[in-house]
Amino acid sequence: MSDEHQPPQDSGASLPERRDEGSPLEPPAIVPEQTLNAAQWGMLAFLLSEAAFFSTLVVAYISFMGKDKVGPAPSEALSLPLVIVTTACLLSSSGTVHMATHSLAHGRQSRFYLWWLATIALGVAFLAGTGYEWRELIERHGLTISRNLFGTTYYTLVGFHGLHVTVGVIAMLVVLALAARRAVNGQNKQAAELTGWYWHFVDGVWVVVFTVVYVAGR
Amino acid sequence: MAVAEQKLPLETQSPSWTEKLHEWVTTVDHKQIGALYVAMSVVFLVIGGCEALLMRWQLLFPRSDFLQPDVFNQMFTMHGTTMVFFVGMPILIGMGNYLVPLMIGARDMAFPRLNALGLWATLFGGCLTYFSFATGGAPAVGWFAYAPLTERTFARGPATDFWALGLVVSGVGTISAAVNFVATILGMRAPGMTLRKMPFFVWTMLWTSVQMLLAVPPLTAALVMVLFDRQFEAHFFDTANGGSAILWQHLFWFFGHPEVYILILPVFGMVSEVIPVFSRKVLFGYEFMAAATMAIAFISMGVWAHHMFCIGMSRTLDLYFAAASLLVSIPTGIKFFNWLATIYGGRLRFDSPMLFAFGFLSMFLIGGLTGIMLASAPFDFQLSDSYFVVGHFHWVLIGGTLFGTFAGIHYWYPKATGRRLSERLARWQFWLLYIGFILTFGPMHVSGMLGMPRRIFTYEPDRGWALWNQLATLGAFIQAPSFAIFAYNLWISYRRGEPAGDDPWDAWTLEWMTTSPPPVYNFAEIPTIRSRRPLWDAKHPDDPDWKYE
Repeated sequence: MSDEHQPPQDSGASLPERRDEGSPLEPPAIVPEQTLNAAQWGMLAFLLSEAAFFSTLVVAYISFMGKDKVGPAPSEALSLPLVIVTTACLLSSSGTVHMATHSLAHGRQSRFYLWWLATIALGVAFLAGTGYEWRELIERHGLTISRNLFGTTYYTLVGFHGLHVTVGVIAMLVVLALAARRAVNGQNKQAAELTGWYWHFVDGVWVVVFTVVYVAGR
Repeated sequence: MAVAEQKLPLETQSPSWTEKLHEWVTTVDHKQIGALYVAMSVVFLVIGGCEALLMRWQLLFPRSDFLQPDVFNQMFTMHGTTMVFFVGMPILIGMGNYLVPLMIGARDMAFPRLNALGLWATLFGGCLTYFSFATGGAPAVGWFAYAPLTERTFARGPATDFWALGLVVSGVGTISAAVNFVATILGMRAPGMTLRKMPFFVWTMLWTSVQMLLAVPPLTAALVMVLFDRQFEAHFFDTANGGSAILWQHLFWFFGHPEVYILILPVFGMVSEVIPVFSRKVLFGYEFMAAATMAIAFISMGVWAHHMFCIGMSRTLDLYFAAASLLVSIPTGIKFFNWLATIYGGRLRFDSPMLFAFGFLSMFLIGGLTGIMLASAPFDFQLSDSYFVVGHFHWVLIGGTLFGTFAGIHYWYPKATGRRLSERLARWQFWLLYIGFILTFGPMHVSGMLGMPRRIFTYEPDRGWALWNQLATLGAFIQAPSFAIFAYNLWISYRRGEPAGDDPWDAWTLEWMTTSPPPVYNFAEIPTIRSRRPLWDAKHPDDPDWKYE
């Protein structure tokens, strides 16, 4: 340790060199890191926690599959045609939300509105379909959350997914309102982009739920 | 004392108390939020500590009737819940909140308002849980609340609902904090501060946050299931209708085991900041330490069922979970030897932070070793749910988490307040805690070996447990003044402590570069980082660290 307090550039030549690249006290250049920004990392972290949450509900669903002693069983109660339509709505909404953020990034605000509204409409259609499905289940099959294990796990898993779709629709309406005030646009597109990430995630969860509940569990 | 603590961070001069209160309640500054987290934890620490003292008093003599059995059940439930959810996690999140932006050269956390939400949700969750006392009694199901005890049939009052709801709400707070840490650490480091140049504490906060993101939501989901069972007559854990009590155990411990690492990783980080500064050496094996932290975070996600050896799993699962649990000792051992290597040959200074760090090293080692004993399934068959287990986990949680956190608080208190803690009081605090702690929890290992199960409210005189319980109670009452001294020291040093200056320990990380206490914006100019010890570089421009890293 020396007590010299000279600027690094000046004292270079007189000091012993450990590494011999030119003048030893020229600090290496700072390379800017190419990485996600804080908001993107935040959304990814949040989605990771959501994945852990849904995994737990899925594990509970699978662990109780076929353990019921009283009906109705999934094969009696669940109707495939309806859920295929709602699934188609939700999956295609992943495409529309992608088109929306893509248009926004290229500064095509009016196209963005169109695709964004289409996404909201598809989300609402999914929710309406789920509402209809639940009414059928309750009124025609007598399936409630307290009826049997199938009802318990089904309403919890599908219900929490539906809650996330609802939150997504509300978030998209908020972004829409911001866009109408020009607070979300081609330069300032983070809110739309991250809502899109969330929406893709909710769609991805549905793929798992669909596979477990309507394919494997039925 | 508790009330004094809450007021601790308030400034002495300046406007009226209503304005100050308004400022603290509405703050989004990471330093104020961090201080509030710590203050909240200290208040709950006093409450949880009083519950422990009541239990120790009850167990002082066989057949004592100081506490009724149901009250005793409420005490151990609330003691465990409080210490894990409203002391352990918030105090570490609070320390992280205060330090991470300062250490990485940022002006605040990534999402300041989310940060405030996290604090108030955690506090509200704590209040909600404690509100159960006003509804005719606290929950009496144990902190891990095994099903079907939590079902309506066995827990009739609303206490268990308040417990579950309180933990769901505080879980939201924990997730908010974890999201914020990940975003801040990965997205807001000062120019030049690559991951490999972060202060080691920041590494541990990063992996703790990842663990929170993976472990807390499953608990939230499981608590929601409990609430659905209780409120909507669902059947998740309702064994009479096909539900599964074992599922709860799996879900709870899938949270519960990573949780103990959530409670220890940031402490590893704190002592890894303290030990180098007080040994006057760089941290030995930084890269290995970071890799070991990651390894602990991942391995600990796959060991949860070692809490469940006694439920009769298959032999294969017993073997897997025993082996996986033993595996954790490898990265932990790496850390341990690296700390020793950092100390080795250093010029040691035994100021209070280092004293507590040594307390941590010596006690955590023993807790780790009894952990290895319990990880062996056949040993666990004998001692599961005995006082040996109680002794073990208090040894890691107090000997590890608490001693390490005290090392951190004594180290950074001058930064947060601009004043030094009284070294004399700190030494009294340390030795009372050290002796009282060993005397409380050492004998529990013996009474556990002699067959004393945990959670019994009393015992028969002919079992030979009385002496060990009396020693433990004596120890608890030696520890109690240590906490009082700590709280008094925090308060009195804030009022009359010796001014500390910006860098009282001659340290090397960024937080010591700014003033004590730091300004709202932390750094007037965002520093550019070229090594792991930017302040060393600034102090020694002729011999900077970046030449050697």
